[in-house]
Amino acid sequence: MFDTLGDRLNKALDGVRGSGNLTEDQVKKVTREIRLALLEADVNYGVVKEFVSNVRERATGADVSKALSPGQQVVKIVNEELANLMGGTSHKLSFASRPPTVVMLAGLNGHGKTTTAGKLALFVRKLGKNPYLVACDTYRPAAIEQLQQIGRELSVPVYTEGTGPKPEEIAERGIKEAREGGYDFVIVDTAGRQVVDMDMMEEIKRVRSVSKPHSVLLVLDVVTGQNAVDVAQAFKEYADFDGMVLTKLDGDARGGAALSVVSVTERPIRFASEGEKMSEFDYFYPDRMAGRILGMGDVMTLIEKA
Amino acid sequence: SRSRESFVGQLNAAVAEFKDAEDEEFWERVEEILVSSDVGVPTTAKLVAELEQEALRRNITSGAELKRLMVEHATKMLEGPVELDISHKPTVILMVGVNGTGKTTTIGKLSRFLPGTTMFAAGDTFRAAAIEQLQQWGERTGTPVIARDRGADAAAVAHDSIQAARREGTDVLLIDTAGRLHTKVNLMAELDKVHRVIGRQMPGAPHEVLMTVDATTGQNGLRQAKMFQEVAGLTGIILTKLDGTAKGGIALAIANEVGVPIKLVSVGEKVEDLHPFDAREFAEALFGDL
Ligand SMILES: Nc1nc2c(ncn2[C@@H]2O[C@H](COP(=O)(O)OP(=O)(O)OP(=O)(O)O)[C@@H](O)[C@H]2O)c(=O)[nH]1
Ligand SMILES: Nc1nc2c(ncn2[C@@H]2O[C@H](COP(=O)(O)OP(=O)(O)OP(=O)(O)O)[C@@H](O)[C@H]2O)c(=O)[nH]1
Ligand SMILES: [Mg+2]
Ligand SMILES: [Mg+2]
Repeated sequence: MFDTLGDRLNKALDGVRGSGNLTEDQVKKVTREIRLALLEADVNYGVVKEFVSNVRERATGADVSKALSPGQQVVKIVNEELANLMGGTSHKLSFASRPPTVVMLAGLNGHGKTTTAGKLALFVRKLGKNPYLVACDTYRPAAIEQLQQIGRELSVPVYTEGTGPKPEEIAERGIKEAREGGYDFVIVDTAGRQVVDMDMMEEIKRVRSVSKPHSVLLVLDVVTGQNAVDVAQAFKEYADFDGMVLTKLDGDARGGAALSVVSVTERPIRFASEGEKMSEFDYFYPDRMAGRILGMGDVMTLIEKA
Repeated sequence: SRSRESFVGQLNAAVAEFKDAEDEEFWERVEEILVSSDVGVPTTAKLVAELEQEALRRNITSGAELKRLMVEHATKMLEGPVELDISHKPTVILMVGVNGTGKTTTIGKLSRFLPGTTMFAAGDTFRAAAIEQLQQWGERTGTPVIARDRGADAAAVAHDSIQAARREGTDVLLIDTAGRLHTKVNLMAELDKVHRVIGRQMPGAPHEVLMTVDATTGQNGLRQAKMFQEVAGLTGIILTKLDGTAKGGIALAIANEVGVPIKLVSVGEKVEDLHPFDAREFAEALFGDL
């Protein structure tokens, strides 16, 4: 349905391959295509503006390499700028020097927190950890049962106090329980919320403050559109997350939101969730994401062909 | 294009607030608003082109008028039948959509929203505690819930529930389904089967096939709607989580490019947070910052 950026650039640069520097007109055409491709991939409007202006400047500017054709130049520039935005390497999980390592999950309704809680438990168990789940969603009907069923499936204990107490109280007692039980990796599941709901945002702040987490992960659905930047900034302010989990990557969403959020919040994406099965979870590899957003596979072919 | 140049020229000559503005500024602002609300480039381009023509034809001379016109055009694009067809006995409503968009919650709310008696069918036999979630909605709203165990055949649950609804003389049967990504061929085939089983048991059913779309969804929402439309024959879209910061512009793209009407909006997690879709109100909110 979408043309990849590679296809688009090929079209836009049709016939220019091999000639000298790009003319102003050609740069205009090329940046237009880049802009459209990014917007179709759900990259934030503001981020696109900046990105395109960087590319335009560099494409028309002085750093024109003699060894490359115009097409190659543009591709190279796009590639480099994209890599800049996404952050270079993948960010591996680290553990608290004094166990247990506490990880808190936060995010919008339905983006995959509870599923991620189970997946992360399985993931760290494979790394030799002894995980423990704490159920702090006291709102959504059967949220606790959901985590319990997941815990049962994985044989990971789930701490709950039902829906009566405040989430921060449950978190505090749950973590204490984990420590006393000798568990070294605690995952705190929280309720889904909207960032305009100030009571709920204050609540996540309190849960964070009593949990003293080693890491806070924002769970973000890869289909999220333009709004992702505002959402991430609000969660940064209230939950002070240090990394993200990108979910539902098994679909065909381009995932430009991820790129926008990384560039705006300067927090890396740490994990990729790609399926409903507990094992469909791994570290996130930024280079793969760039390829997904823009069809960089094609772009790289273009570089090689050019 | 020529029409844009002449239009902008005319505008510049006529409207004080545009006199000193760059020609493209107004349009850039319109584009920014639409694209930043997830309307997407094709639908934005179509709206802007329509507006330009219409403004020329009508000889529009003020920014305020232009904005009004913009709202009018978006409203036209969004307008469609919002009523649910509940004239059957029982009326069968099938709820579909990708994971986590609000299907189960919306079913819970619909029991309060609709007149007459309702019944729920726990057709999500896959996700952890999906059945329990619907049962809690049943308790909350006093609605009977037809369920089998987790892992049971979803089509069999649908079959049971139609029987039960007929037996009980229920007015509206609401069938939940598991969330599925539109790209999963086997899961979409399963949905097709559920749909066919319902139709075989009760010709003409399901009478409504409603797809929930999360208002935060970006351009992928279009593909979702196209695929669900193909497999399940959608009769309407329910735009959920409009209480968040997202404007839900993808709904405009879906209305325009897929042609499925938006029927309901959901603005919270409580039972009363479901409302009929109001095209004008939505369009006005979209252009609120213009
Ligand atoms: N296909 C797919 N589905 C996923 C993935 N992660 C989660 N899901 C599904 O998305 C839906 C929502 O997941 P949950 O884990 O309940 O999301 P949540 O953020 O805990 O939701 P709330 O607690 O209600 O805010 C469920 O149907 C999950 O099975 C994923 O990576 N791929
Ligand atoms: N803020 C807000 N939350 C909503 C709205 N509609 C649903 N939710 C929440 O979104 C999350 C997912 O809702 P569900 O009804 O479980 O979604 P679903 O489509 O049935 O999910 P799966 O069955 O897992 O695919 C829950 O936390 C709901 O409470 C809404 O309009 N506003
Ligand atoms: Mg949850
Ligand atoms: Mg559900």
